[in-house]
Amino acid sequence: MKTSDKKAWLEQPANVDKLVYLVYLICGVLLVAEFFYEKHPYFGFDGSFGFYAGFGFLAYCTIVFSAKALRRVLKRSEDYYGE
Amino acid sequence: MANDWLMNPALLMMLAGLLAIRLPTKLLGPLAVVTPALGLLMLCQLPNGEQGIVSLYGLTLTTLRVDGLSFVWAVIFHIAAILAGLYAWHVKDRMQQSAALVYAGAAIGAVLAGDLLTLFLCWELTAISSVLLIWANRTARAYTVGLRYLVIQVISGLLLMAGAIVHYQATGSLAFDHLGLDSPGGWIIFLAFGIKCAFPLLHNWLQDAYPEATATGTVVLSAFTTKLAVYALARGFAGEDILITIGAVMTAFPIFFAVIENDLRRVLSYSLNNQLGFMVVGVGLGTELALNGAAAHAFAHILYKALLFMSMGAVLLRVGTVKASELGGLYKSMPWTTLFCIIGGMSISAFPLFSGFVTKSMILTAAAAEHQWLVWTVLLFASAGVLDHSGIKVPFFSFFYHDAGHRVKEAPWNMLLAMGVTAFLCIAIGVWPEPLYAILPFPVDYKPYTSYHIITQLQLLMFAALAFCVLIRKGWYPEEIRSTNLDFDWVYRRLLPAVVKKLLAWMWRLDSAVRAVVMKAVHAVIEKVAQSHGPGGVMSRNLSTGTMVSWLSVFLALYLFFSFYW
Repeated sequence: MKTSDKKAWLEQPANVDKLVYLVYLICGVLLVAEFFYEKHPYFGFDGSFGFYAGFGFLAYCTIVFSAKALRRVLKRSEDYYGE
Repeated sequence: MANDWLMNPALLMMLAGLLAIRLPTKLLGPLAVVTPALGLLMLCQLPNGEQGIVSLYGLTLTTLRVDGLSFVWAVIFHIAAILAGLYAWHVKDRMQQSAALVYAGAAIGAVLAGDLLTLFLCWELTAISSVLLIWANRTARAYTVGLRYLVIQVISGLLLMAGAIVHYQATGSLAFDHLGLDSPGGWIIFLAFGIKCAFPLLHNWLQDAYPEATATGTVVLSAFTTKLAVYALARGFAGEDILITIGAVMTAFPIFFAVIENDLRRVLSYSLNNQLGFMVVGVGLGTELALNGAAAHAFAHILYKALLFMSMGAVLLRVGTVKASELGGLYKSMPWTTLFCIIGGMSISAFPLFSGFVTKSMILTAAAAEHQWLVWTVLLFASAGVLDHSGIKVPFFSFFYHDAGHRVKEAPWNMLLAMGVTAFLCIAIGVWPEPLYAILPFPVDYKPYTSYHIITQLQLLMFAALAFCVLIRKGWYPEEIRSTNLDFDWVYRRLLPAVVKKLLAWMWRLDSAVRAVVMKAVHAVIEKVAQSHGPGGVMSRNLSTGTMVSWLSVFLALYLFFSFYW
């Protein structure tokens, strides 16, 4: 469809960078917000500074890296079952 | 009323399913939308309580029970059937249209069933009708997968029947109320529900079968069977502690498989399994808030999961594959489908203003209220996982990332309309949860929109998204590659057949060894007999009649001699 050399907006690396910086910015704002709201932690540990932010980041990395390790054990060829 | 069992919306759906076998094909689409809409109206007219009492061979069956729990499930099943009907409006295949109606009818019938026999009949009917949505692909692979699916579903039904008989003999009642786990009948029924609910190790039929159904069929499948099982658990086993553990495991383990799975409809099936876990935890906690949460989450989940399967169905229809390794850049060709998929992804990830936010949090709050900090942490961990596989992976690898060069048409109008309405409902529930809260089994005293909840949830999700940005830019995010990943189904697809084959080979060897010994003995006997009875053997000499007569004469002569001279 697109024959021009110009890549779509989303495919230009500079624009992808902008989107990633936007995510950084939002995360920064969310961390700053920690100082400005009343916490109602359920247990105690979940009320510590930036708990949800740290948990989200670490949980995500844990999931991806364990899945990569899992793939080494579980990956077979696409027609493994021959169906 | 004597004939009030006829006023059952489930029967209406099943009859329409039968009608679909003969109706002109251009009327199939309208039939699939109008019937569940009428059924929903019918349901809303039904008074609360038990009706449709039928006596059968001395058994009293309650075919129609409307109460707080069954109503919310019956409502969402009707809505799902309407949306799925609209999505499949263009499908001219009678087998699919008929099966979808009967299947939805059976699921509604099961939810409205007040006794275990009616439940069993509907339970089996969901199995038999739904397999046609897989077989409708009409490929050898679909046939094999469908057969595996059917066997497992029928086993679940048979367990339900066996459990119901044991329960009836113990209690003299077939009523489908709280059953509990303090009797053998209860355990057997629990196992039957567990299979359909895709408990860990009993789950693989789901990931095996759903991605192999037709583009429209998977949308139908995703709505009913497993949520029927959640309903059945909520009815029969609410508050059973074991469900909390089972549910927590269910939320966690599928997310690892979802990350490395290439077929995006299979990714969504793992994701479905993970979402069921949240509901099972809710049922296991058994408090009013938890059961409300399970019901509300089932309601919201049916919609956003259908929306995600719809978007992938549209991709399958247009591109011919939903393998992440073959996709990318589709947002240029299918902008609306992209948008709807993202809305589905944000709903399941539970972003504020989307449906998951107002339902899933009820279950987490209920877990915290019961001081289940470990379960709560697992659910939070799983929530980050949901964002990965359904919120990011599915939209990102199909519609964005590397442009795979597919230039296709946007989805047909009816699919877009179905996705549009479903997306609207996902946002509507998120923005305005009160109407959903109003039909939940118990009065709701829960406020999802507090600054604490909004900020913490956004922190969780955005920092997980941040992790994704970092990992994918560093090249650490696992590539999408064509592969099969082993799961528990390996046990019955590979290990068990191999063991049986080995066992049979071993038995054959034993058999031939035993036979060799026996044959040797037999041969020895035959040889011996052949020696005596064979040609030239003592016993087989050919003595002539003359010889016999002469011997006889000798004997007679001897007899005469002795009789005279003795």
